[in-house]
Amino acid sequence: MAETAYWEAIRRAHDEEMANDKLVIAMGEDIGVAGGTYKATSGLYDKYGPERIIDTPISENSYTGIGIGASMTGMRPIIEIMSINFALLALDTLINAAAKIRYMSGGQIACPIVMRTPGGTAHQLAAQHSARLARMFMSTSGLRVVTPRGPLDAYGMLKSAVRSNDPVIIIEHEQMYNLKEDIPDEEFFRPLEGAEIVREGTDITLIGYNYSVHLCLQAAQRLEADGISAEVLDLRSLKPLDRETIRKSVEKTHRMLVAEEDEAPVGVGAEIISIVIEDCFYALDAQPVRIHAADVPVPYNAKLEKAAIPSADDVYQGALKVMGKI
Amino acid sequence: MDREKLITMLHDMLLARAFEERAAEEYGRGNIAGFLHLYPGEEAVAVGVLHAAEPSDYIVSTYREHVHALVRGIPANSVMAELFGKKEGCCRGMGGSMHLFDRERRFMGGYAIVGETYPVATGIGYTIAMRDLPEAVICFFGDGAVNQGTFHESLNMAALWDLPVLFVCENNHYQIGTEIHRHSAVPEVYKRACGYHIPARKVDGMDVLAVHQATQEALTQIRNGTGPQFIEFETYRFRGHSMADPGSYRPRVEVKAYEKEDPITIAIAESLPVYPSSEQIAAAGPDSIDQLATHLDQAGHLSSETLAELKAGVAETVEAAVRFATESPEPSLADAQACLDCNRGMEVLI
Ligand SMILES: Cc1ncc(C[n+]2csc(CCOP(=O)(O)OP(=O)(O)O)c2C)c(N)n1
Ligand SMILES: [Mg+2]
Repeated sequence: MAETAYWEAIRRAHDEEMANDKLVIAMGEDIGVAGGTYKATSGLYDKYGPERIIDTPISENSYTGIGIGASMTGMRPIIEIMSINFALLALDTLINAAAKIRYMSGGQIACPIVMRTPGGTAHQLAAQHSARLARMFMSTSGLRVVTPRGPLDAYGMLKSAVRSNDPVIIIEHEQMYNLKEDIPDEEFFRPLEGAEIVREGTDITLIGYNYSVHLCLQAAQRLEADGISAEVLDLRSLKPLDRETIRKSVEKTHRMLVAEEDEAPVGVGAEIISIVIEDCFYALDAQPVRIHAADVPVPYNAKLEKAAIPSADDVYQGALKVMGKI
Repeated sequence: MDREKLITMLHDMLLARAFEERAAEEYGRGNIAGFLHLYPGEEAVAVGVLHAAEPSDYIVSTYREHVHALVRGIPANSVMAELFGKKEGCCRGMGGSMHLFDRERRFMGGYAIVGETYPVATGIGYTIAMRDLPEAVICFFGDGAVNQGTFHESLNMAALWDLPVLFVCENNHYQIGTEIHRHSAVPEVYKRACGYHIPARKVDGMDVLAVHQATQEALTQIRNGTGPQFIEFETYRFRGHSMADPGSYRPRVEVKAYEKEDPITIAIAESLPVYPSSEQIAAAGPDSIDQLATHLDQAGHLSSETLAELKAGVAETVEAAVRFATESPEPSLADAQACLDCNRGMEVLI
């Protein structure tokens, strides 16, 4: 066991997968000589050379497409998009090609790319650098979308993603790269599917993914002080979604809240509540609540930014509302 | 060029430098946050280009645009207040450092998605062409930005439809940490424009007079209705890519060569593990600003008293801007909503 930061976990997964298989390559802006904006590939350029750790020009759509072409013919590219906002420029090749090639070819040709990209707000990065967009990817057939909440999943899911034959989008978060957790020294893999109960409880289920799991955990602690036992469920994978684990938890607690950092109305929360209504409506003792960002692009101003995006306190207040305490 | 104009250009370069160095300090104090991309070293480009433009021309710029905004005439107060995220900032605190806009001055925005400026500028060019006015749009972008598909797509359409667009490449040789030979197969950026039959040239971007003249010539051609023009200005940024970037991937000799410093000091500095502080950079004695001051001095246009007055003047302007920004109120979430609603209602905020 070693305490490992989120970025170190990603770096280790790259390193091991590249050592294991020569066909694994990584590409992205400033990932080589400069070591990556979030250091996720630091030191690997010296170890694996410019042909396997590729510094790309600012040409997101085309280098994603190049990754796709390479993956169709046997390579295992890990594409880093510096920020999810720039992934929008790669949507053509990602959604029109990567997500559909296996399908359109009648199952003949796989497209095993991995795209890693941080989504989410950080500190005043303003409207064009604060997008979240998870909802957009999870609405696309043919993609896998995973959202590691900490180093354990960041490492284990990247390793599984590299070995998966599906195109996998890994959504990281600007504010999680320095988050630390103990992870085993031995190699391990984490599944690309399946939600996880990260805190047991009996009165209400707080559902999150990626960064919002941490907001739920903080809220759960405060609720405990109020005598409310909250269960926290990390979705882990947004596509496919694990309906079973959601249902079981809601059948146990009879109340639920879902927290996302993205602006509603359309979003992860809407989908999760639909699932709950379809699968276990009669288990509910109270109306569900969605916690989400205000319906504006993220403002630059510091206080406004905070006001526009959900906090642990918002989750806490939302839970009290579900519990009928306010 | 008359003396007044030359002195104004020198003033703007000094203001640009002082404003940016102060912005760096305020970032350090936590008054500015997010990504802050500064312009020291590149002043001659913004000042030379924008002084050759008319008030009726439109400007489209990137995230490294504070100086373009200032030279265009957006008051230092309102630019600084925007960097502070305040209500009296030019975008009411919603935009921040990377997104400055000013409709009245036809400053059509700072864009933080690399490659976004070309189609926006080309579209503005389309409006001008439809109205058949002697106006132009000036589109700024970096050397790293020319590898985005929109570059080629927009240049093609601008040329195809003879649109009045002046494409201005600020070639500072780096795409964050990636040097131009590692990001571009053809590092002579201007040559790419030839592929679309757009008249293009490369000009010394450290010489403000050369920048001004080249821009004037290009704009004259554009106003004659002959379609787009392209200028690549070779320049250099003294600081890292943004405040989040120490710029340590660049050989110190290279940085110092642009700052024209003594090679012995370079050798000493080379052994230091850290990127030079703003004091060290300032002390290195700048570059394009020096060039213009020397020129003015030799032509008998500038006394040392005038220079000192100019410097004192810009220092006061920047000081006042920080005071203004500090005192300006914070916007509310209702203000944010209002900015969005005005978009929806096709109305204009007053
Ligand atoms: C589409 C997109 N990809 C990546 C980025 C991240 N990024 C911001 S600036 C930059 C480098 C731009 O270099 P250049 O065009 O030379 O301009 P400079 O910053 O040197 O002025 C990169 C990669 C971005 N903002 N947008
Ligand atoms: Mg550059």
